[in-house]
Amino acid sequence: MSTAPPPAATVPAAAEVEAKPSPVLALLQLPSVAVLFLWMIVPLAMTIYFSFVRKNLLNPELTGFAGLENYRFLWEDPAFWPAIVNSIILIAAVLIITVVLGTLFAVLFDRDFFGKNIATLLVIAPFFVMPTVSALIWKNMMMHPVYGLLAVVTTKLGLPAIDWFSTHPLLSIIIIVSWEWLPFAFLILFTSIKSLDQEQKEAAAVDGANPVQFFFYVTLSHLSRAIGVVVMIETIFLLSIFAEIYTTTSGGPGTATTNLAFLVYALGLQQFDAGIASAGGILAVVLANIVAFFMVRLMAKNLQTR
Amino acid sequence: MEETKLSKWLFGILAWLVAIIIFFPIFIMMITAFKNEREAQSLSLIFLPTLESFFEVFARSNYLKYVWNSMLASIGSTLLCFLLAIPAAYRMAFYPTKKTQSTLVWMLSTKMMPAVGVLIPIYILAQTFGVLDNIVGLIIIYALINLPIAVWMSYTYFCEIPGAILEAARIDGATIWGELWHVLRPMTVPGLASTALLLIILSWNEAFWSLNLTSVNAAPLPVFIASYSSPEGLFWAKLSAASFLAVAPIMVLGWMTQKQLVRGLTFGAVK
Amino acid sequence: MNDGSVHMKNLVKTYLDEHGNPSFTAVKGINLDIKDGEFMVLVGPSGCGKSTTLRMLAGLESISGGTISIGERVVNNVHPKDRGIAMVFQNYALYPHMTIFDNMAFGLKLAKKPKEFIKESVTKTAKTLGLEKMLERKPGALSGGQRQRVALGRAIVRDPKVFLFDEPLSNLDAKMRVHMRSEISRLHTQMTTTMVYVTHDQIEAMTMGDRICVMRDGSIMQVADPLTLYRQPDNIFVAGFIGSPPMNLLKGKVHKVDSGLGFVEDAQENALTIPLRGKLEKLATKYVGKPIIFGIRPEHLSDQVSDPDHVPVTAAIEISEPMGSESIVYFKAGTGNLIARVPGEHLYHPGERLTVQLNMEKVHLFDGETENVIK
Repeated sequence: MSTAPPPAATVPAAAEVEAKPSPVLALLQLPSVAVLFLWMIVPLAMTIYFSFVRKNLLNPELTGFAGLENYRFLWEDPAFWPAIVNSIILIAAVLIITVVLGTLFAVLFDRDFFGKNIATLLVIAPFFVMPTVSALIWKNMMMHPVYGLLAVVTTKLGLPAIDWFSTHPLLSIIIIVSWEWLPFAFLILFTSIKSLDQEQKEAAAVDGANPVQFFFYVTLSHLSRAIGVVVMIETIFLLSIFAEIYTTTSGGPGTATTNLAFLVYALGLQQFDAGIASAGGILAVVLANIVAFFMVRLMAKNLQTR
Repeated sequence: MEETKLSKWLFGILAWLVAIIIFFPIFIMMITAFKNEREAQSLSLIFLPTLESFFEVFARSNYLKYVWNSMLASIGSTLLCFLLAIPAAYRMAFYPTKKTQSTLVWMLSTKMMPAVGVLIPIYILAQTFGVLDNIVGLIIIYALINLPIAVWMSYTYFCEIPGAILEAARIDGATIWGELWHVLRPMTVPGLASTALLLIILSWNEAFWSLNLTSVNAAPLPVFIASYSSPEGLFWAKLSAASFLAVAPIMVLGWMTQKQLVRGLTFGAVK
Repeated sequence: MNDGSVHMKNLVKTYLDEHGNPSFTAVKGINLDIKDGEFMVLVGPSGCGKSTTLRMLAGLESISGGTISIGERVVNNVHPKDRGIAMVFQNYALYPHMTIFDNMAFGLKLAKKPKEFIKESVTKTAKTLGLEKMLERKPGALSGGQRQRVALGRAIVRDPKVFLFDEPLSNLDAKMRVHMRSEISRLHTQMTTTMVYVTHDQIEAMTMGDRICVMRDGSIMQVADPLTLYRQPDNIFVAGFIGSPPMNLLKGKVHKVDSGLGFVEDAQENALTIPLRGKLEKLATKYVGKPIIFGIRPEHLSDQVSDPDHVPVTAAIEISEPMGSESIVYFKAGTGNLIARVPGEHLYHPGERLTVQLNMEKVHLFDGETENVIK
């Protein structure tokens, strides 16, 4: 027991300020809070504003209130629905792959074996590779239809080589992103599984559970909190997947790999239509907020205080 | 009930298989970096290592400039971040108020805003203030997006210091500065250092703002590597060499900061 | 001038909430005078304000009202380091990144004392505590008992006028606790410095203190030497706090019984009736028909003696705890248990009826409403 200066039992949630006067204390915190506040409010307010006006980054002449015009154009943009669908598919697929494999691997690694620490480092490594490198390594050395590793392996097995980015562009992106994020899911789940009491395993064995039953009835419920965290955090970051698409397909062929993030980029910085891009941005913010709502509740419950 | 030696062995092999498969693309990149362009296409594991491709990368591009930009952006933003974060975390940990908890949660929630939601205004603001393609722009943005993590992590490390130790220092004659310097600093430096490493890694690898706000002058490594997406001629070896240099040090740092990663990126939701 | 006496006048501690409004008063205007060189124990249940009082004396908590003086000097606004105090914390509060030597030397270093002096003081103190071989180690490598001795050493090295102890032994196992208790007592005898010791353990209090200050809910219940607290408790709280097993406190009223007065328990079943004679009768005359509390310590119930000073009570045994040389016997009484310490190795059984003799010389009567002793 090693916390709280005044005896916690006798001091309710009152601030006990000793020699330091309050104004100085608030000043310590102010810069960070103020800066973050501005960072939140100003750009967001601007995005909201731009979504309701006409603005073109190349053509300063174009101005004026646009009402819901931008939103309507967005809705009617031929890339819009594909972008939404692609975003959903991308996020869902990556979540499933990373969580399922992450869980299985966490269980697999939760035992002693030769060189365990090194093997763990290898599994975690992809997370520290920058997205542009991951994307290009996969697109070229792994997925190239002739010289890529996958092609070489499949032809050796007598199967036809797959031209990943031509025939399965979205799947290719999904593979790349899953590879990047699997270590994250693994690390979180692995950390959580280590806290599963050894005694529980023994009690289950006495109760007659075989490993598979143990996994489903005990391990999974122990991991459920960590899985929830992984899902929420990944979702927030996956909404903004951009670099991998930018470096490999530029959203194509057609709109096959355009997600919401890339769509906003394309509309804003390629077509220079800031208004409609802002409308798209707002949509992304709304979606993220829905997930964030649940995440914030979880965080608030967990916050450790002195 | 005890696992048989055979099944233990089998699972060990399986785990290693998984590790090797997952690491394989990185491995390919690493060996291809040491090949010349002709050999690079073949993916063979047997080859004569050469530094030819590294030299080519340096010859054909100002690689060091990109490294410098990456370093400026990562280290600069991390320093700026800590400058803001540590006083705030100190205040929240040692002089908490009823609002402290919600402030912390709010700060963390700012990380949940999707970057793409503010791409347009940030681009316009960067343009207006003349920091488009300027490393200062990246430093500021990285400091902002990492600030919540810095505050949160510092806060948790400060919370772990038992109040009684600071009081003992007070009785031993330390002023408030003495407490900070003689007691708080040595006890929190390890945690704060690994937090700094984590932030440097996150900034180094950042590939949304860097791609959108820089092009030639302030481009950090992720942007430079992205230029290999429209290459001329054979490029696998050069791509690998450039990537190897950009990735290897970060991977090593990342291996050292695993614990901080879990603590920082899950905002404490997983212990 | 090395006057280590401590004087607390109307000392108050009130905590404020967010808006500066008073929310909770932990110490409610206490007055306490501690003599120079005295070992004063502050004892009481959790939340009684003893730690808060100690911390105000140390300068770790601000004082809301009243004054604290060390010697002649009022120290309300004096920084802890200038009060001439040293403190031993419950969790030792050693600096984990410094060696044992540096831990003990820290205060002297901050006071800019010469290196030679520091080395001498620390090694001398380390020797008296048996720590001289561990000076280069860090706290993490030491056991609980060793760490507590380092904490002690750190305090000794400061050569304070007043030693403060905040429940220093609570984190030690029973054996270590007994050992450290005698260490600290020995220290006091050697150093003759004032010591203020906070604990919730009344046995610690009784064995170590010159005087004991019993606290409850922010107020002082009684200040006296151990024997006086034992023999002449001022109120039920002190009576029930000191002594293990605690004093029997039976609730009832004074009635006319036979040719005099008697105590009759307020209960439907198993109500005891105990005649009050002599001195007790005199005390009880003002309370006829009024509620009183009848107090007698378990050790003053005997199954051996039988003389005019003793009144027999027969009751059924509910539980018996054989301790070896004696048994703690719990009898069924009207408002609870009547506990007796019965010497001897005899094994008692639940349900058995036994007659014990109450030593009426050792009975205390308390006012049922004010809870104070009836004198």
